[in-house]
Amino acid sequence: MTQDALLKLLETDARLSDEQIATRLGMKPTEVASRRAALEAEGRIVGYQAIVNDDAEGVSAFIEVRCTPERGGGFNRLAARIARFPEVRNCYLISGGYDLLVMVEAPTLPEVARFVSEKLSSMEGVLSTATHFRLKTYKNNGLLFEEEKTHERLVVVP
Amino acid sequence: MDWNKMLSKQVTDIPRSGIREFFDLATGSKDIISLGVGEPDFVTPWNIREAAIFSLERGHTTYTSNYGLESLRRAIARYVEEFFHVAYNPLCEILPTVGVSEAIDLALRCLLNPGDEVLYHEPCYVSYAATILMAYGVPRPVETSVDDLFALNPERLEAAITPRTKVLMLNFPTNPTGSVAPLETLRKIADICVKHDLFVLTDEIYSELRYDGVEHVSIASLPGMKERTLLLHGFSKAFAMTGMRLGYACGPAELIEQMMKVHSYTMICPTITSQEAAIEALQNGRPAMLEMRDSYHRRRDYIVGRFNDMGLDCHMPGGAFYTFPSVQRFGLSSKEFALRLLQVQKVAAVPGTAFGACGEGYLRCCYATAFNLLEEACDKMARFCDSLS
Repeated sequence: MTQDALLKLLETDARLSDEQIATRLGMKPTEVASRRAALEAEGRIVGYQAIVNDDAEGVSAFIEVRCTPERGGGFNRLAARIARFPEVRNCYLISGGYDLLVMVEAPTLPEVARFVSEKLSSMEGVLSTATHFRLKTYKNNGLLFEEEKTHERLVVVP
Repeated sequence: MDWNKMLSKQVTDIPRSGIREFFDLATGSKDIISLGVGEPDFVTPWNIREAAIFSLERGHTTYTSNYGLESLRRAIARYVEEFFHVAYNPLCEILPTVGVSEAIDLALRCLLNPGDEVLYHEPCYVSYAATILMAYGVPRPVETSVDDLFALNPERLEAAITPRTKVLMLNFPTNPTGSVAPLETLRKIADICVKHDLFVLTDEIYSELRYDGVEHVSIASLPGMKERTLLLHGFSKAFAMTGMRLGYACGPAELIEQMMKVHSYTMICPTITSQEAAIEALQNGRPAMLEMRDSYHRRRDYIVGRFNDMGLDCHMPGGAFYTFPSVQRFGLSSKEFALRLLQVQKVAAVPGTAFGACGEGYLRCCYATAFNLLEEACDKMARFCDSLS
């Protein structure tokens, strides 16, 4: 329960200090620190990043990749190879009409195209790709990108 | 125009709400942190707002029955039976109203003859005395104190009963003290009501907001009480729907029918948009409601700890989202303390006297405010307390 609450707080604001978290959850700062360290060690907390609105810069594409699973390893080895490219921001194995959903970021459209044609499509085991370019982000990591100004409550009400 | 002659004396004699007075003062100042609100700091959960939008989209913009939508009443009946463990017939024992406030007004108008006395525990919500007066009743507050953690003391209650006493109003968890009535106390109160043939109006608008894992018990669920109790509840607090203005009354069909009659002549029905949103709240609002409750719980623990550290003696309230700390050791009246706190530190809290004379020496501080603002408010209040001692 405490662990869930801790993760929830960090997912909302990863910059909260252990002291601030301790105050909010009614714990001791040292307890927060050790729980956080444990979560990091077991790979539950993978990292802490800023969520940047980069709609105005660069190009992002979602690429549907169909591939042949390997005997014994399934899709894992191929997926790991694809995921290592620095252009790849996210990579998921999913169910449905294709196998991997790969999100790619590059400064320009030709660079994305080059990545797809030269790196991804030519990889052994990749059967086909379908590339969808991002036009606009509405929500990312649970955050609305164009949040309306909050409606102010009255200062004193019964 | 001679307004003294023109206006109803019954109404002009009713004092302005003390909270209103303080609101006017606080609204003038800038950059204040307000602990003076009486509503959630959450926006209505999206699925409920979306249901309201969908209702409008489909062109549901008509009146509903004076009894409200049957589908809403059925959903309320299911919810009430599960949560309060009291079964009401959705066809004749439930009336959706424009907030609990309307339901209280209707009930008092339907129960009271001029001169009938109504008992209620003070400090209390600001409307009770005024609503009783508007129904030509006589308000008889029963003081509560920190010794009983602001729960109604049964002996004091019984001592206040006269041959004219007809109704007892209860509000647990209480606005402004956050107090809850222990089961044993509720049982004694119920016995007194049966013994003296009193009717009970129980405003349980904060009932979902109970902390420390304690289950809420309604007096309506105690043996022999359903027939003499009107259970009032709504959507404002637990589902963060204050602006939707939707409450409901559950009780004996004879009273509900009379209330519906007054309601049909004065209000007709709550907006259909709110009614359809409320069905969504009852059916799918529980996860969001529990999340909000847990968030209040953490903030309560924080603010009560801070208040006691800074010398504002504060009991641990069992419910709602209010704390009621004492300012007595600083030698200022509630009003002076609140005013100076507002002027010097720009923190707004409501003087306890806004909720009845026995609120003197206390402040109502609402903790339904963002955690970082609560921290800042507490820091400022601690500085203010230091400057006084």
